[in-house]
Amino acid sequence: MSDDLLIARDVEVAFGAGTSLFGLAKSRVKVLHRVTIRIGRGETVGIVGESGSGKTTLGRALLRLIDVASGTIQFDGVDITRLPEAAMRPIRRRMQLIFQDPMASLNPRHTIRRIVLEPMRFHRVAASEADAEERARKIFARFNLPSACLERYPHELSGGQRQRVGIARVALLAPDFVLADEIVSGLDVSTQAQVLNLLKELSRGLGLSMAFISHDLSVIRAVCDRVYVLRSGRIVEEGFCDHVFAAPRDGYTRALLDAIPLPRIDPDWLGRTSGVEAVGEKYTK
Amino acid sequence: MSPPVLALSNLSAISDRDRAPILRNVSLEVARGETCGLVGESGAGKSTIAKAILGILPRTIRVTGGEVKFEGADLLKIEIGPLRRLIGECIALIPQDPMTALNPARRIEAQLTDGPRLWRGLDATAARALALRLLDEVHIRDPDRVLRSFPHELSGGMRQRVLIAAAFALEPRLIVADEPTTALDVTVQKQILRLIRNMQSAHGTSVVFVTHDLGVVAQICDHVTLLFAGRVIEAGSASRLLDRPAHPYTRALLEACPRYDRPDAGLRPIPESVIADLYAELGQSGATP
Repeated sequence: MSDDLLIARDVEVAFGAGTSLFGLAKSRVKVLHRVTIRIGRGETVGIVGESGSGKTTLGRALLRLIDVASGTIQFDGVDITRLPEAAMRPIRRRMQLIFQDPMASLNPRHTIRRIVLEPMRFHRVAASEADAEERARKIFARFNLPSACLERYPHELSGGQRQRVGIARVALLAPDFVLADEIVSGLDVSTQAQVLNLLKELSRGLGLSMAFISHDLSVIRAVCDRVYVLRSGRIVEEGFCDHVFAAPRDGYTRALLDAIPLPRIDPDWLGRTSGVEAVGEKYTK
Repeated sequence: MSPPVLALSNLSAISDRDRAPILRNVSLEVARGETCGLVGESGAGKSTIAKAILGILPRTIRVTGGEVKFEGADLLKIEIGPLRRLIGECIALIPQDPMTALNPARRIEAQLTDGPRLWRGLDATAARALALRLLDEVHIRDPDRVLRSFPHELSGGMRQRVLIAAAFALEPRLIVADEPTTALDVTVQKQILRLIRNMQSAHGTSVVFVTHDLGVVAQICDHVTLLFAGRVIEAGSASRLLDRPAHPYTRALLEACPRYDRPDAGLRPIPESVIADLYAELGQSGATP
């Protein structure tokens, strides 16, 4: 068995359905072009790109939330590219998703208790209702969430607490793979640090594999082992974070790094235009 | 030394609902042509200050003391009519989200010429000429087409350029930029920051720059005021505050920032003791109005 838990080979995704109103073939827009990525067991892999680069689409394809036009996706040795939904179901528990905006992903009409217990019930991970409750309390304690939170509604929690509930809900299912899509972009840096710590601890503690999607290379640097840089649906650079951040090979990666303002005085930063203009212009057209 | 363009002194405000303090004796000054960063995490009060300067505080927030002096006149004491004229002509806003700031049903031309026609009395032809010149100044290559466009036809970076053009249309003496690049990709953010900087030095405008990003502060601000729970924690020149932070909270905040040049950064949450000390200070200072 290989060391890779998840392997996507030559994945292409296109949007825009088959025929138009008058039966004419409509052009499909390709948003991913032969993307190949692998995620090792226990490894945290970053996927970085700007808006429209296809990073969220790639994440959705990895989880089989959208169908690919061509290419294969293999999870733990099983080709899941065209697996029927019934056969997918046991695998679904093992691949989980943490959402960007917990306010949008936690049902506002359900208590936190229901929100965290229902997936456990659905996937039958706990021996009994009491066992499920016990596990939830344990993980809440570990995540520094007061157990009184269980009786609350999502809007009664702070942003950081909500995001921790989102992570707890996923952790309770004991998945093998977690996709985290821009999960800290709406948070203050102090809360962000807490959530990133938690995530790191989780991947170490449970031996999780993780794909961490972000537009922010600094955040990727803090949590990931390896990184893939995506631009307009193509991978332009991949490698270990230590290498990519110290010596990026691709011009686009370099431009992305140059564009990040660091919290230190650098009088030349604003004036430096190495490649950034060329990249940015594409988007301001 | 010329008098400051903007001077807040001991500004305090409470929430009308539960009387909780929102601003506690906030003082700050912005000199002519200077960019002053207003920094803090959510709930620090930075947007409330921006709204106070622009005269658009919501009814649920009540000012309990202090002054907001713009070129010597206390904005809190001026009648609504003259206040609207003063703010309309002299103070402009660059908002965070260009999509909500622009009216989706009107063309850019109408939105860019509103201000000059209303406050400067320009006719349609003169206002259009001004709009074209401004779009050129913010490096929009096809200004004729953009004037005919609706907001949804432009990219996020383009929309923000249009709003920067609109902000400078009346040659304001002060611009309040409220997280103007938060919604943008980093490469576009850099262009917009450079544009704001260039426009500002060309026009000699003072800027209050609201942001949560200490990286942005380092690159664009001359002075910084760091807020926590409606109170000024530390203020000073950007270089001093970032290189030699005096307050433990400032240091902790800098440590919490993830940065790509330091693999170990970004994983140090602000210690609970620092936050506890801050709240203790808030209690003791009797700043609660």
